Amino acid sequence: MSCCTGNTVLIFPCSGGANTGKASDMVARKLTKDKVGLISCLASIGAGVSGFIESAKGATYNIVIDGCPLSCAKKIMDKNNITNYKHIIVTELGIKKGETKITDEVIEELVEKIKEKVKD
Amino acid sequence: MRIQILGTGCPKCITLEKNAESAVKKLGIDATIEKITDVDKILDMGVMITPALAIDGIVKSAGKVLNVEEIEKIIKGERK
Repeated sequence: MSCCTGNTVLIFPCSGGANTGKASDMVARKLTKDKVGLISCLASIGAGVSGFIESAKGATYNIVIDGCPLSCAKKIMDKNNITNYKHIIVTELGIKKGETKITDEVIEELVEKIKEKVKD
Repeated sequence: MRIQILGTGCPKCITLEKNAESAVKKLGIDATIEKITDVDKILDMGVMITPALAIDGIVKSAGKVLNVEEIEKIIKGERK
C-alpha cells in the first residue's frame, strides 16, 4: 500500500492464458520488485471493486500491460473510466504469441524495454 | 450514512477527516465518520493508495485529499 507518497504507479497485467499473458504477469512482478511500481489486480477492476478502481484513478499513473493486441486490460480500464495509464503490448516488444518461450532472460529484456517506455 | 476515512494517520488523512466533518456539518445530515487506520482493513477494501474516503462501504476516492465542496458533492450524489 502506498500512503501519501505523492508518486504512486500501479501496474495492471492482463495475465492472460497465452505465453504473452504469462509474460505480462511475470514482467509486472519484476517491475514491482524493481520498484518501478506496485502490481495491482486487473480482475478487481473488472469486478467493479471500488477500492481498486479509485486507487487506479488516484495513482500518478498506471502501467497497463497487455499480452497481445486484443488489449483486454486496456479495455477494462477504459470501461471503468480509468484514463491515467501508459499502455504496453507485449507482442510489440518482440514476443510472438503462441511461439516465444517465456524465460527469465526474455522477462529481463521486456522489463528493460518497458522501463524505457514508461520513462518521463 | 456511514463515512469512512481510510489512512494510517498521516497529515493528509487527518485533513481529509476534518474536511469530511465540515461537509457533514454544512449539509446538516445524520452521518457517522469512522476512521480506519488498520492496514489490513484498508487493503481488504481494495485501497492501495491513501487517504481514501468511502461511503457505506463503497470507496469514492483514493489518493486524494478531497476538499469540503468535493465531499459535499459526493454525499449529495449518494442521497439522490
